[in-house]
Amino acid sequence: MDYSQFGAMLPELIILGLFLVVFLLDTFTKDGSAKRFLTPVTTVLFGLAAVAIWLIPSCGTEVFGGMYVDSAACKAIKAILCIGVFIVLLQSSEWVESDEVAIRKGEFYELLFVTLFGMFLMISARHFLLFVIGLESASLPLAAMVAFNKKHYQSHEAAFKYIITAVFSSAVLLVGLSFVYALSGGSLYFDDIRAAIAGSEMSGLLVVALAFVIAGIGFKLSLVPFHLWTADVYQGAPTAITSYLSVISKGSAAFAFFVIFVQAFGTVYSGLWEWMMYAVIILTITIGNLFAIRQKNMKRFMAFSSISQAGYIMLGVMTESALGLGSMMYYIFVYVVSNLAVFGVISAIENKTGKVGMDDYDGLHKSNPWLSFAMTLAMFSLAGIPPFAGFFSKFLIFTSVTASGSMPLYMLVLVALINTIISLYYYLLVVKAIWINPGEAKVEAFRSAFTERLALWLCVGGIVFFGLVPCIYDYCVNTAALL
Amino acid sequence: MDITLPILILAIPFLMFLILGIGGVKMSRKLAGVLGILGMGSVMTLSYVVALTYFFSGDAAFIVDGVRQQLQVFDVTWLAFTDRLVVNIGFLLDPISAMMLVVITTISFMVHLYSWGYMEHEPGFQRYYAFLSLFSFSMLGLVVATNIFQMYIFWELVGVSSYLLIGFFYKLPSAVSASKKAFIVTRFADLFMLIGILVLSWYVSQTPADGPLGGASAFNFMMLNSQPTNVLASTLGATFMGGSVLTWAMILIFVGGMGKSAMMPLHIWLPDAMEGPTPVSALIHAATMVVAGVYLVARFFPLYCIVPDSLTFITVVGAITAFYAAVVACAQIDIKRVLAFSTISQIAFMMVSLGCAYNEPVEGVHYSGLGYMASMFHLFTHAMFKALLFLGAGALIHAVHSNNYTSMGGLRKYMPITHWTFLIGCLAIAGIPPFSGFFSKDEMLAAMFSRHWFWGAWMTMVAGLTAFYMFRLYYLIFWWEENPEYKNGHKPHDAPWQMSLPLIILAAVSCVAGFIPFGELVTFNGEPYHIHIEAPVAATSITVAVLAIALATVMYRKKNSMPEKMKNIWPGLWTAANRRFYWDEMYQWVTHTVIFGCICRGIAWFDRHIIDGTMDGLAAVTQFCSVKIKGMQSGSVQTYVAWYLLGAILLGAITWICIL
Repeated sequence: MDYSQFGAMLPELIILGLFLVVFLLDTFTKDGSAKRFLTPVTTVLFGLAAVAIWLIPSCGTEVFGGMYVDSAACKAIKAILCIGVFIVLLQSSEWVESDEVAIRKGEFYELLFVTLFGMFLMISARHFLLFVIGLESASLPLAAMVAFNKKHYQSHEAAFKYIITAVFSSAVLLVGLSFVYALSGGSLYFDDIRAAIAGSEMSGLLVVALAFVIAGIGFKLSLVPFHLWTADVYQGAPTAITSYLSVISKGSAAFAFFVIFVQAFGTVYSGLWEWMMYAVIILTITIGNLFAIRQKNMKRFMAFSSISQAGYIMLGVMTESALGLGSMMYYIFVYVVSNLAVFGVISAIENKTGKVGMDDYDGLHKSNPWLSFAMTLAMFSLAGIPPFAGFFSKFLIFTSVTASGSMPLYMLVLVALINTIISLYYYLLVVKAIWINPGEAKVEAFRSAFTERLALWLCVGGIVFFGLVPCIYDYCVNTAALL
Repeated sequence: MDITLPILILAIPFLMFLILGIGGVKMSRKLAGVLGILGMGSVMTLSYVVALTYFFSGDAAFIVDGVRQQLQVFDVTWLAFTDRLVVNIGFLLDPISAMMLVVITTISFMVHLYSWGYMEHEPGFQRYYAFLSLFSFSMLGLVVATNIFQMYIFWELVGVSSYLLIGFFYKLPSAVSASKKAFIVTRFADLFMLIGILVLSWYVSQTPADGPLGGASAFNFMMLNSQPTNVLASTLGATFMGGSVLTWAMILIFVGGMGKSAMMPLHIWLPDAMEGPTPVSALIHAATMVVAGVYLVARFFPLYCIVPDSLTFITVVGAITAFYAAVVACAQIDIKRVLAFSTISQIAFMMVSLGCAYNEPVEGVHYSGLGYMASMFHLFTHAMFKALLFLGAGALIHAVHSNNYTSMGGLRKYMPITHWTFLIGCLAIAGIPPFSGFFSKDEMLAAMFSRHWFWGAWMTMVAGLTAFYMFRLYYLIFWWEENPEYKNGHKPHDAPWQMSLPLIILAAVSCVAGFIPFGELVTFNGEPYHIHIEAPVAATSITVAVLAIALATVMYRKKNSMPEKMKNIWPGLWTAANRRFYWDEMYQWVTHTVIFGCICRGIAWFDRHIIDGTMDGLAAVTQFCSVKIKGMQSGSVQTYVAWYLLGAILLGAITWICIL
């Protein structure tokens, strides 16, 4: 075997190496004083790893017989996700040091790195076997992470619901893939599948296969109607895990979705899955919004918000073009910073006071003006108000969809636009609670930890500048051309 | 040229805005003031370096065979909407932008320094400096714009900062309504400008995107200026209501300029804008922002030359405005309003001069681009002496605590510095040699005479009126009859050094600026032109100015009854001029009675019942659905999985049924 092929897998190897380092450190240091260094060491090491992943050039090579591709777009999305994970690590550093969790913090990092490794595999896979391995190693450890607050009933419930649905969705996906295997005449390579179904007759098998694959990956993305686990899990899981689930897990799945549907199914029958996605996207955006307007718990609220955001991300898939992929990656990047800013504020307040209700945010600006400021900008960005990054990401993804110029796609964008109005309502509810609702602040004034503030500053910087600095969008589109 | 300096020129004011805007609350006044002044001082230095390098270094990038070149120091893609619609941000260096850099940063620095004294006791001092920085940033971005879109963005930013500064005393209702008025009127004008830009962009988008004119280059000023007919080839053939589309587009763009430059009938905001702090009036409403319209025409000059009708339009608008404003200025009591109308009149002068210029040699005309050069020259000298006059007025108001000349009079003994510098400003604007205004006005009049004798004669008359009303103002403030209150009690005195120093510097500049060989530096095509005084024109204009000053001297030097008698010859005219010929009332009538009363009533009904009804309906439906579907999220994992499976199967089944 040619071991030099592993050279193309540097991002995965870096994450795996990091996992081993953390694992060894965690195992062979004594509890107590030595453990205290684990958090800063891991965070710094991961920061270095993220920089390294940004800087590694991509060779665009296929290795392991074409199972794994090391392309510019894959590298770019991995780098984007690494920034997100870095912010998550910064935000969670307070929480992992809390009494209840401190003793198990090594496990948190280990599980996190394993899932990240799985997501990287999903992104780069060009063969369904590798993809399923990635998907599973990204899914199963997450259940353990969701249950991380061992002593909380809600955390258990969330983990239970998560694992049941995850296993079920895996089963559905595998059934779908077995049909695909049958259709392609015994190959799971994306290229072979494309070649095989391009020449085959339309068959019921293919329709079912497509529906099941959409359902299987739709679980990770929480597309409607495969989303029902989302709210309970987001609410029950520790906030650090929720934010990780909502941005990193979703971002990687969205990218993988694009690759699978454009590369494996995107030929003669592309019209088929496009109509399925058409319905799913409309349902996702609308139902996510309809539920979000009624939520009173911030984490549950963010769950539905992230469902509808996933619908917007999926708009990029409808384009099947490099422009669409670029806009999607840009959307993911902006979504990462905006959503993490919200979760940064939620977790800062939750860590200090344990409050997560939307009512608790009434009059927040009186006691915590900086957190209120960050939250407001993040809500504006999520709602797509210019000049914040969220406006540009929505604008560009809509433009890329309308660029193809077909009437159904115009209608889709119209539905999405109407839904942005609805989303404006509930995002502004939070802003209203913070700035307008009368009464004294329910959250007392506090100063959050340095790492939390750093993470928030990073996010706010992203929200303000990503839209105004053109090179980020250019970077996404240019790399997307090299899928 | 190295791109560091240009970037710093734009970045420093913006950073100052952020620092003072965000951190200003926690700063002491002194720190904020010093920061603002230092920031602007450094920008001024950098701008001087850039402008001097551009004009005098002789580098091949700037000047080739004696012809000054346009140069994009940098130009980066900011937003690429489509292949054809690309917005760039960059830094364009050419004679007029280099000249504007000097003007803006000089005046802005003077105003920063002056405000330190003038605004010392005002609340919100830090905020004031933040806004000044924002304005400087926007104005600098506007003049160095490399393309129409960048110019439009900064054009609006300038409008916003003007709005913020006019309404600086936000507790005064008059200031608030003045700021609203300024914003709405200029914004209304910008609407036409936007339509003009969109018309142009629509036609440009008809040309192939991959050609040399595709993408960002279509709206690039260098491209437009060097080969306008190529870029706009598709507009020339098209016609709309009897005029070519390009004529319409250029006139629409000019309407935006009319708004900012307060040309009739969009001038109504400028006199009210005097509610802002006086240094702001000096910076924005006299020297820099209001000449943006002139700058706009100069920037698009090659395009205007393709469609001479639009140049004629500009000339006519300018000529009417200049005369109107000069007449109104003779009958105002508030000294800042006199200066405001004088500004309108002088800007109109520049517009007429631009309208009288040609871009190619014309038979019988000695130098065809004279109007362009003269207009830019007057822009430069006017900025200096008008800022001087405004800052002088500020010093007077600071001392007397009133805007009206009725509470002044005989101030020359009490405020010598203000008196002498104000006199220099008046002599400059009246066009008396050797002060700067004479030289630029002489060139402008020469250009007008060379176009048609009528424009020359008309504007000479306006120049005479200018000399008259300025000296009327001067005598009423500094001579006439001494206000008895000065004797007993509050004695006015010269302003502190922060305020006097800018006066002296600007007065010195106004004395010598006329001798700058401006024609060697700024011309429409970059080729140098040697300025020489046109003896007949100069003799006429000096005679007219001296006569006007003599008349003002006779009427206003000592208190007498002559002004009253003059007024009573035709009292209606005086009242009408004092009320600015009822333009505001006309606007009130049109907006309130016609628009609000008739048109808006129907629209309001439509809005309230149809639009709001639809929206309320949408909200109700949303709420209804939201309640109805809440059962889906039951909390039981069996249901979740059931929905999941059902969803997957339905997805397949429905698709299958549909394709069968």
